[in-house]
Amino acid sequence: MAQLASDIAGGSLAGRHRKNRLMSWLLTALMAGVVAILVWVLAYVALKGYSALNWTFLTDTPPGNPSDPGGGFANGIVGSLIIVGIATVIAVPVGIGAAIYLSEYGGDRFAGLVRFLTDVTLGIPTIVVGAFVYAVWVLNFGFSGYAGGLAMAVVMVPLIVRASEEMLRLVPNDLREASLAMGVTRARTTLSVVLPAATSGLITGVMLAVARAMGETAPLLLTTLGNDLYMESDPNHRMSTLSLQIFGSATAGFPDALARAWAGALTLVAMVLILYVAARLIGRRNTAKA
Amino acid sequence: MSASGQAAAPPPVTVGAEARALSRQRPRLGDLTFRALVSGSGALIVAIFLAIGIFILDEAWPAISHYGIGSFLSGSRWAPSEAALNLEGKNPYGILQFVYGTVLTSAIALLLAVPIAVGLALYITEIAPSLIRRPLAYVIDILASVPSVVYGFWGIFALIPAVKPVANDLSDWLHSIPVVGPIFAGPFFGPSYFVAALVLAIMVLPIVTAICREVFAVAPLAEKEAALALGATRWEMIKLAILKRSRVGIFGAAILGLGRAFGETIAVTMVIGNSVLGITTSIFGQGATMPSVIANEFTEATEPFHLDSLFVVALCLLVVSLIVNTAGKLIISRVGTRIA
Amino acid sequence: MAVAGATAVVFAAIGSSSASAVSTSASATKKPTKQCSTSLKVLRPHYTNPVPKLAGASDSLSGAGSTFVNPIMSIWSSTFAKQGTKVAYQSIGSGGGIAQIQAQTVDFGATDIALSDTEAAAAKGGPILHVPMVLGAVVAVYNVKGLANGLRLDGETLGKIYAGQITKWNDPAIKAQNSQFALPDQSIAVAHRSDGSGTSAIFTDYLTKTSPSWTAKLGGEATSRGKTVAWPVGIGGKGNEGVAAVVSQTEGAIGYVELQYAIAQKLTYAFVKNSTGAYIEPCVATVRAAVDKGVFPADLRTTVTNEPGPLAYPITGTVYALIYQNQTDEGKAKAIVNYFSWMLTIGQNFPASINYAPMGSLLQQKALLQLGKIQFGGKPVVKFTIPKAKKK
Repeated sequence: MAQLASDIAGGSLAGRHRKNRLMSWLLTALMAGVVAILVWVLAYVALKGYSALNWTFLTDTPPGNPSDPGGGFANGIVGSLIIVGIATVIAVPVGIGAAIYLSEYGGDRFAGLVRFLTDVTLGIPTIVVGAFVYAVWVLNFGFSGYAGGLAMAVVMVPLIVRASEEMLRLVPNDLREASLAMGVTRARTTLSVVLPAATSGLITGVMLAVARAMGETAPLLLTTLGNDLYMESDPNHRMSTLSLQIFGSATAGFPDALARAWAGALTLVAMVLILYVAARLIGRRNTAKA
Repeated sequence: MSASGQAAAPPPVTVGAEARALSRQRPRLGDLTFRALVSGSGALIVAIFLAIGIFILDEAWPAISHYGIGSFLSGSRWAPSEAALNLEGKNPYGILQFVYGTVLTSAIALLLAVPIAVGLALYITEIAPSLIRRPLAYVIDILASVPSVVYGFWGIFALIPAVKPVANDLSDWLHSIPVVGPIFAGPFFGPSYFVAALVLAIMVLPIVTAICREVFAVAPLAEKEAALALGATRWEMIKLAILKRSRVGIFGAAILGLGRAFGETIAVTMVIGNSVLGITTSIFGQGATMPSVIANEFTEATEPFHLDSLFVVALCLLVVSLIVNTAGKLIISRVGTRIA
Repeated sequence: MAVAGATAVVFAAIGSSSASAVSTSASATKKPTKQCSTSLKVLRPHYTNPVPKLAGASDSLSGAGSTFVNPIMSIWSSTFAKQGTKVAYQSIGSGGGIAQIQAQTVDFGATDIALSDTEAAAAKGGPILHVPMVLGAVVAVYNVKGLANGLRLDGETLGKIYAGQITKWNDPAIKAQNSQFALPDQSIAVAHRSDGSGTSAIFTDYLTKTSPSWTAKLGGEATSRGKTVAWPVGIGGKGNEGVAAVVSQTEGAIGYVELQYAIAQKLTYAFVKNSTGAYIEPCVATVRAAVDKGVFPADLRTTVTNEPGPLAYPITGTVYALIYQNQTDEGKAKAIVNYFSWMLTIGQNFPASINYAPMGSLLQQKALLQLGKIQFGGKPVVKFTIPKAKKK
């Protein structure tokens, strides 16, 4: 404490206050600057995308010749939904199951290992996940929507485990004890008391993971490869996704392809932001309840 | 205080001994099945991780055993076309330049992002009116939710034209200075390490900010109040009661930010210039990173050991991500928070 | 502007049947340039399809590879879809086409350069057939203020630019060939492919044949040509699309792309010196002039750069489809025969509309005969004979 006092004592009072004001101002400016960058990114995408976005874009496939105008990314939008859908179907039970294990059962070393590896897997670059699925799946069964879904599931599982475990831990212990005291089994307690209490939090976690998967591109390059021209709803075949179509068209440089890519970028950002905001709103309800 | 209560490896939620005893009286098949299912999910995560490691190593093995791992890490020449000509010769697949590209772009990104993130976190936790603190945190998080491909696209068309005059001026002023000059050697054409690093800086900002916020949140309230009571200005309080004891935490946040930066693929691929010529000293030059070379060459590797060598790159990424994320975790858990 | 006008000329020419000599040029002049005038027969050959349409064909095919061929492949595939088979084609580079057909992850690959013997040996599914589909030009595109189409470049100058030995646009070597242009004192940003590319293979094949500086810099002929080479300088772009994008976004850039990419992106391009010493404008006529001189061996694997002939554009290529001779899925095999027999006959009427050259009947027949070699379960999938060609 004496050290603290002596640290504070240096310099004139006016000078210290000037410095204080300066730093406050500086930090405020920094915040404003970063918000400005966010606005720049979003506004740029919105402006470029808005002028190219129309109903056809959402309902039509790209024109045969990539340098032609018109057409849209309907096949990519459908592909994204299907692939992320497959990933969600795989990742949600596994992710929430593992989270239940960690929060309700796991106190041993194995749980420590699972928790550690969840964090590590979360940190693996997604392109490496793509390479993994290529080795496991594509080399045996070819490029397909399923391969993409599998890669996305590997990306989503650790996200869901992390978010879900935290939410399950927020459920007050009294609820569990009351249930168990009545002779209800641990399994039933978890299913009918703990999970319902954490539902909105779990949904938030899943939605954030879905939002993340929607925007992923790199692993899909190695797993579903893309299918630019056609509406494809059979995941046994190669599929396009919104992110792949944006990537392809953005790097193609044909003016009309660029216009489609901007419209695609706006669509993707809108989808992701809607998911994000919805997840936050649901999550807020949860924290209010807890 | 409250945050430090959540230790790095929390125990399972414990229930009272009586309740436990009650439930133990009747072990049921359903109960056991459920337990097996959720434990199985946990085990599946271990299995996924092991499978990733094993399959990547397995695919990388032919190249590693043929050329030796050392030659990958020491060679900066990436020339798949030379592999077929001389299968017994020197390894044409040196990956040093990609390691260099990854380290360089990530380092510049962190150099820019960490101070800004610290500032943002301080602003949110200490200066902003309490009503807008949470919304501000959300706004910063939105930066993280913008997809990588969109950042790359924006980088090409919005960021590069904006950076161009600045980079050209920097290059004009600095390129003739000895020692540092070569770092800024022009010409600046657009796609470059520098632009990739800028995009990365924006992309890692949210995670570093979020961790810094948590780190600052565990600064003891008593000390903050003591500083203010002793007549410190708010900035002095921040400096003495928060920043001083958060150095380790900020370092941990930077490491976890690094974990995010070096694995980033698509945005970097779109703006780095994708050149595999070797190591370029100028930050305005073009290059490639470990993830970008995989994205570019993976589906088209036809030369002998080409695909295997890309799996070597993936293996290195995997190992580095393991080290970096574990280190970051350990550092942060020492600070007493469970985040990221 | 002028570019669009010239493309319109091609469409108009195809629409009319009376014109006998028309321009396929996309250059600045509206009049057909002398080099680029050609007959309607060359633009739209109207081949008849001798191969019967097979029933029981699969409703989808998966192909990948050459970005060079992507625009015309997209047109073919979207037109052919009306016949019940959707051909999904992904433009990932010729290297990708080869890698994926080797690994049997696609039904056919596409490449601008034939397989090497080692590549053919590495194919998981046995012998691979090369089926030429269309011809095209690789053009040197540039983005320099004030420079229109028609910068004159010879192989050695291009080679030195790509070797990093010529770094300014006003280099004496460029000036000497281009008194008609005022060349700026600007750095040259070299753009090349970041992926394994048949376009690169064609381009470096030409450089190797014409530029000693390039060949020396790359360490000899064995390493100075190919889908990937150790580029001494430059910015890498993924695909023809990527290189075109880099050039259009970078002032002072030079790159090499298929002609259609240059025209669609309104990029200016060079006239390149051929083996007879003439500077040739790339267009359908000069591409055909070059490839018609090419000698194709029995398996059709060859390159067609720096061919003789006063009107031969020197950087030309044949795009091949790569198809396994022994198919493992009957429906797919039938779909392949249906698609390619259509493409090699009726389909040859489309390329000229977007600045590719249809194959001459000699090469076209050889290509068609390749389809007869496709087998399923040890038996040919289709039997047909090519009717005797009518006199031209």
